[in-house]
Amino acid sequence: MPEARMAAALRTSQAVRISLRYALVCAVALAMFAAILLAAGKDPLKAYADTFTYTLANAYGFSELLVRMTPLLLAAVAVALPSRLGLINVGGEGQLYLGAWMASAGALMFPGLPAWILLPLVVVMGFLGGAIWGAIPGVLRAAKLVNETIATLLLNYIAPLIVSFFIFGPWRAVDSSAYPQSSAFPEAARLPSFFNTRIHAGILISLAVLLAYWLIMEKTRWGVEMRAIGGNPEAAQRLGIPVAVWIVIALAIGGGLAGLAGMGEVMGIHGRLRQGLSPGYGFTGFLISWLAGGRPLGILFMAFLFAIITSAGDTLQITQGLPYSVVNILLAMILFIVLARRPARGTAK
Amino acid sequence: MTHPVSTPLLEVRGISKRYGAVLANDQVDLSLYGGEVHALLGENGAGKSTLSKIMYGFTRPDSGEILLGGKPVDLHSPRDARALGIGMVFQNFLLIPALSVLENIALFLTDLPPIFRREAVEQRIREFGERFGLVVDPWAQVRQLSVGDQQKVEILKLLLAQARVLILDEPTKVLAPHEVVALFRVFEVLKAEGYSILFITHKLREVVACADRITVMRQGRVEGRLTSGQADVDTLVTMMFGEGGAGEPTATGTVPEQPPSTLPIFELRGASSKATGSETPLKNLDVSIGAGEIVGVAGVSGSGQKELGDLILGLRPLSTGSKWFCGADASSWTIARIRESGVAFVPEDPLVMAAVPGMSVRENLVLGTGRRYWKGATINWRALEVAMGKSFSALAFPVPGLDPPMGALSGGNLQRVVIAREMAHKPKLVVALYPTRGLDVRSALSVRDLLRRVRDGGGGVLLISEDLEELAEMADRLLVLYGGAIAGEFKRGVWQAEQVGHLMTGSKEALHA
Ligand SMILES: Nc1ncnc2c1ncn2[C@@H]1O[C@H](COP(=O)(O)OP(=O)(O)OP(=O)(O)O)[C@@H](O)[C@H]1O
Ligand SMILES: [Mg+2]
Repeated sequence: MPEARMAAALRTSQAVRISLRYALVCAVALAMFAAILLAAGKDPLKAYADTFTYTLANAYGFSELLVRMTPLLLAAVAVALPSRLGLINVGGEGQLYLGAWMASAGALMFPGLPAWILLPLVVVMGFLGGAIWGAIPGVLRAAKLVNETIATLLLNYIAPLIVSFFIFGPWRAVDSSAYPQSSAFPEAARLPSFFNTRIHAGILISLAVLLAYWLIMEKTRWGVEMRAIGGNPEAAQRLGIPVAVWIVIALAIGGGLAGLAGMGEVMGIHGRLRQGLSPGYGFTGFLISWLAGGRPLGILFMAFLFAIITSAGDTLQITQGLPYSVVNILLAMILFIVLARRPARGTAK
Repeated sequence: MTHPVSTPLLEVRGISKRYGAVLANDQVDLSLYGGEVHALLGENGAGKSTLSKIMYGFTRPDSGEILLGGKPVDLHSPRDARALGIGMVFQNFLLIPALSVLENIALFLTDLPPIFRREAVEQRIREFGERFGLVVDPWAQVRQLSVGDQQKVEILKLLLAQARVLILDEPTKVLAPHEVVALFRVFEVLKAEGYSILFITHKLREVVACADRITVMRQGRVEGRLTSGQADVDTLVTMMFGEGGAGEPTATGTVPEQPPSTLPIFELRGASSKATGSETPLKNLDVSIGAGEIVGVAGVSGSGQKELGDLILGLRPLSTGSKWFCGADASSWTIARIRESGVAFVPEDPLVMAAVPGMSVRENLVLGTGRRYWKGATINWRALEVAMGKSFSALAFPVPGLDPPMGALSGGNLQRVVIAREMAHKPKLVVALYPTRGLDVRSALSVRDLLRRVRDGGGGVLLISEDLEELAEMADRLLVLYGGAIAGEFKRGVWQAEQVGHLMTGSKEALHA
């Protein structure tokens, strides 16, 4: 069938065009960032070369990329899923903290349980923590009381305070009184790690979630209903789709996924509950989802890219003596270029 | 009225445009002369809107050329077209409801300085309004205008922007009959001043009434060209659909004398509902739709038709009174429950109210079918396609491609999909608001036929329409809605158009026959 072939060719050329566009965006952003490095009296070529050798070309560096991708993927899907219903979840960071807190609560309250119970328990608790933090804005939005963007944003400020309260107060470890943190979790609550690196079972959860996200959206009737709400909320409601219920569910699931990211950080990396357990993964997740247009493969690619960029922050700190936050300039530039290039046609689709 | 010597204001030659597997325009030639109304006809999906968007620079053709006053031009965007004196009114108006008429028009005028004197624009609006019979209050907010007046604003916009060629895509689709008459008077003045008008419509009698020349399209090609003298409704229909095409609808002679069933299918008892913004509150409605009955609802737009429909659907809560469906109190049923118990709903604006433009036609077909096609976590697409295929063929509608997005369908094809979906599961009650709007004559006939079949099968139909002829043909009983209340009720054949017309405009007290 010539038409089918034509359509296929069209699709391929489109994919090529999109990839080229992203490559171009990255190139422009890197060039602009190089100018800034130059202005700061650093050697951009050396900076990029260092970044490359310490991340992609180095087994340890590469393992660290996967470590970073673990929460980023979850935090991105946490934004992407509600975005398919036209909801804007900027509360990933708060949901991540609350997930970490709930998971920690599970680990600290039942230290004697065997791993086969405790591990699923902390995973579920982590999910629930984030889910609660997502469901609150969901309910407020479904009841047409408060816009979910505002509510999720504001809850970001509360969750880290809850964590702080507990690690300064009831959960504060006696052994390390100088540093506010909980005591170490029992071994049974820790996510197993692999290959003598910091890569932990969370990466499997992240990849499974990404796959499930794609399956649910594209292959199930739930996906059809959610996309219908995103595509035309009025029609969805008139056609009998329970829009309000879906709004709560989507934000709760989104929050739960961010909560899983927080769980992974405390159970897979830190082994305790601490302040500052996330260097803004929740917010970076928002950028990833946005840039990827909510598409699963795009999220995978973008999460990888952002893992490199944030690793670059560490590298530049060590090799060039630049503050970590310079990478935020690079992130902002990428966002800016993408937004500037996108025709004003609303949000990601 | 032919123009053998003068050059056309606007001419297109050999225009082709392909969308995937569909050749929307195939080597189309068309010329528009000054001082003529040129009607463009064709069945749903024939390519009329595509052609007009190409002439307005909104869509780029794959091949072909556009000539303005005999010189080839390259239209990259509507801005180019406007600069060359081509203006278009889309099917869906592009006015900003919160702004005044003056502001809406001013926004459109590119030659206006950043700080402009409102009085100067007002002056021009009044001048043009009087000259062409397009009088509207420049200070009125657009949201408060009737559709007919909004249409006037759209045309004024083009005239003030100095368009000489006006392309109007189904301008009469949402107009009440008297507004259509007013629009045609405007056409006369415009013609006399040398403007050229391309006029797309499905109402053939309008064409015969006002067109100087007629071009008929079919499956992307020009099927024939006629001048006003040669055209009558039958010729046009044959050209549009080929041999065996449908004729104009004829009133059914048979009024089935159903014994009035004891239990109505649907009832509103003393139902009221509050309104916000520009909505119309419903006041104490008593409506009953019997089994085997088509109840028509007449009224000028904004009399509460939308609100009545939404009340039945369950989108709008009752403030007093109750709602009954087949003997059960349905006052607090959800929309899903109403729909699942056998209510089909055709809203007045299917693109906004019943379709998700970004999703495929197939996915749109499953929306609103409740749990019928659930298969575990997925959907039984095959069963859906079979059922919908049957529904399309019961309506004699061609089945559209199921993979393209819903938003790519032509206006009439979208309406067909929505109707086919709603009618697919033997509805007990059909609530249809202007269901034949935007449909070509043959599809409109099939829809009316199907509504009658629902009635004859013992179902109930609530047909809300502004078209008194359609209501006269279809309704067994007619309610007249005015200001959210029932102003009159008539049995079939007992009423006269004039009487109903008075009630519709509120100029006469309720009169029950
Ligand atoms: N953007 C698009 N993408 C894909 N297909 C399109 C697009 N626009 C139009 N088509 C297809 O082109 C054909 C012609 O559409 P068009 O809107 O011109 O029809 P029309 O004559 O205006 O019909 P109607 O009377 O129903 O409004 C249809 O089959 C339609 O599905
Ligand atoms: Mg059209």
